[in-house]
Amino acid sequence: MAELSATPGAGAVASDALQSLNAARWTGFSTIVIREYGRIVRIWGQTLVPSAMTAILYFVIFGSLIGRRVGQMGGFDYMQYIAPGLIMMSVITNSYGNVVASFFGAKFGKHIEELLVSPLPNWIIVAGYAAGGLLRGLMVGAVVTLVSLIFARLPVQHLAMLLAAVLLTSLIFSLGGLINAIFAKNFDQVNWIPTFVLTPLTYFGGVFYSVAMLPPWARALSHANPILYMVNAFRHGFLGVSDVSVPGAFAIMATLAVALFLIALTLMNRGVGIRD
Amino acid sequence: MPALSVRGLTKTYRNGVQALRGVDLDVAQGDFFALLGPNGAGKTTLIGIITSLVNKSAGTASVFGYDLDTQLERAKSCIGVVPQELNFNQFETPYTIVVNQAGFYGIPRAEARVRAEKYLRQLQLWEKRNGIARGLSGGMKRRLMIARALMHEPRLLVLDEPSAGVDIEVRRSMWEFLQDINARGTTIILTTHYLEEAESLCRNIAIIDKGRIVESDRMSNLLRGLRTETFVLNVRTPLAAAPRVVGYEITRVDDTTFEAAVSSEQGLNGLFAQLATAGVEVVSMRNKVNRLEEVFMQLVESRGQGG
Ligand SMILES: Nc1ncnc2c1ncn2[C@@H]1O[C@H](COP(=O)(O)OP(=O)(O)OP(=O)(O)O)[C@@H](O)[C@H]1O
Ligand SMILES: [Mg+2]
Repeated sequence: MAELSATPGAGAVASDALQSLNAARWTGFSTIVIREYGRIVRIWGQTLVPSAMTAILYFVIFGSLIGRRVGQMGGFDYMQYIAPGLIMMSVITNSYGNVVASFFGAKFGKHIEELLVSPLPNWIIVAGYAAGGLLRGLMVGAVVTLVSLIFARLPVQHLAMLLAAVLLTSLIFSLGGLINAIFAKNFDQVNWIPTFVLTPLTYFGGVFYSVAMLPPWARALSHANPILYMVNAFRHGFLGVSDVSVPGAFAIMATLAVALFLIALTLMNRGVGIRD
Repeated sequence: MPALSVRGLTKTYRNGVQALRGVDLDVAQGDFFALLGPNGAGKTTLIGIITSLVNKSAGTASVFGYDLDTQLERAKSCIGVVPQELNFNQFETPYTIVVNQAGFYGIPRAEARVRAEKYLRQLQLWEKRNGIARGLSGGMKRRLMIARALMHEPRLLVLDEPSAGVDIEVRRSMWEFLQDINARGTTIILTTHYLEEAESLCRNIAIIDKGRIVESDRMSNLLRGLRTETFVLNVRTPLAAAPRVVGYEITRVDDTTFEAAVSSEQGLNGLFAQLATAGVEVVSMRNKVNRLEEVFMQLVESRGQGG
C-alpha cells in the first residue's frame, strides 16, 4: 500500500488502484467460496446427508425412547433440551470436516498450487476456506434444525444470540480444520483429531446433559472445555437457559476465533506443510 | 527492465539436497527462452521459486521489476505457469477449473466465462469442457493446464516440460500456438528435454546443471560456438581399418561405418578430398546427434570432469 501512495499527486490514481485491488480480492475470495460450495453439493451424500441421519437416530433413541424416562432437564423436555446441542454438534463436525478434508485434499491433489501461484494474499485464502466451512456448517445446521422440528418444538428466545453463537462456533471449527489440514501429512492425521479430540469434547460439552447435574470436580473440568460455552450460548438463544455466563461464552468464542485465524495465517505465511 | 531477473538464487531442501547453488539469470521482455538441463538439474526448483511454490534459501528474483519479496502480489499477477506435474482437481470439469483460476486472479466471472471459451477452444478442449477432468487424455490434461495458465493473460508464461507425453501432432500445434502468443508480446520461458524443441522455438537459452547455470547465450551463438561436430559416414566398400586422413580424427564403428570429428575451422572439403584420393567412396553422411544435444553433452561432460 505504501507503494501505491508513494507518488505525490497520484491520490485519485491510488484510490482507483486500491479499489480495483479490493475488487480483485473480493472476486478471489468469492471464487474460493463458490468452489467450496460446488464441492459440498457435488458430494452431497458425504457432506449433507450423514449429519441428518445421525440427528434422526439421536432423536429417536435418546430423545424419544430414553428421553421419556429422563423427563425434564433445565426445565424443558429432554428432546427440546438436546435439540440445540445436536444442531451444534453437527455444525462443529461439519465445519471442521469440510475444511480439513477440502484443504488436505487440495494439498494431496496438488491443486492448492492454483491458489499459491495466484496473487491472492494468504489472509484471503484462510478467509475463503473458513467461509467454505461456515457455509457447510450452516447448511448442515439448517438441515438438522429442520429434522429437530419434526421431533421437538423449538422456541427462539434470542435470535441474534443464536445466530452469533452458531456463526462463531462454525468459524472456530473451520479454522481448526484448516490448521489440522496444514499440518496433516496423510489421511490418518486428518481423522485423528475429529475422532480423539472433537468427539469426546463434544459429548462432554453439555450436548446431552446440564453440567449442573455433575459432581463439582467434573463441573469444574467441563468449564475447561470450549465446546461447553458454544453449546450453552446457542441453547440460550433458543431456550433462554445456560449453564455458563453468556457474555463470558461470547468473549471466549471471539478470542478463540481471532487466535485461530492468526495461527492459520502465520502457518500459511511460513508455508508450513504447503511449500518446500 | 527484464521480464525475469534472478540473482544469487540458492535452494537447499530440508533433506539437505542443494538444488540451486547461486543462479543468476535474465530473461528479456518478449523473449522465447529455453531452460535446459539434465534430470535433477534444478529447473523445476527454479520455476517453483519464481512462482512462489518453493521457498528460496537465498538470493533475489523480480518479475517485470516487481521484487518477489516486496511486491509479491504484483509479481504473481504477471506470471502464468504450466507445471511439470498435473495439479488441478481431477474431479472438477475443465470449464470450472479455468473459470475458477481466473477468479483467483481477480477476473470477474462474466469475463472469465468469455475467456474460458476462447482458451478452451484454442487448445481444442471446448468439446470436453463439461466432463470430469480425470477423463481427459494425458495430452489433453497438459493442454488444460496451458489454457488455465492463460486465463489471466499473463505477460510471462512459464512452461515446465509442456511437451512431455504429448504426441507429435499436438506438439507441433502447441509450438505454433506458443510462437503465436510470443509474437503478440508474451514472454515465454520453457524447460524441455526435447532439444529440437528448444532449437526451433527459442531465441535464448540457459543450460543448468547441478544447480548452476553453465551457459547462457543466444541460441545462434551457442550453436556457432560448437567447435566440433561428429559426422557418421557410410562407405561403399568394407574397410578393415579407419582410413588415414591428415588433420581429421576418424574412428571405425563397423566395416562400412565411420565417424569423423570435424572442427568448424576445418570444414568438410579437406575430408572429402583426402577420402577421394584414398579411393574411399562415401555413399551417405549424417550428423551424429542433434547439434544442440552436442553442445549440451560437451558442457555437461566437461563440468562432470572438472568437478
Ligand atoms: N521437494 C523436494 N524435497 C527434496 N528434494 C527435492 C525436492 N524437489 C526436488 N528435489 C531435489 O532437488 C534437485 C533438483 O530437482 P528439480 O526437480 O528442480 O530438477 P529438474 O531439473 O526439474 O529435473 P527434471 O528434468 O527431472 O524435471 C533434485 O536432486 C531433486 O531430487
Ligand atoms: Mg523438473
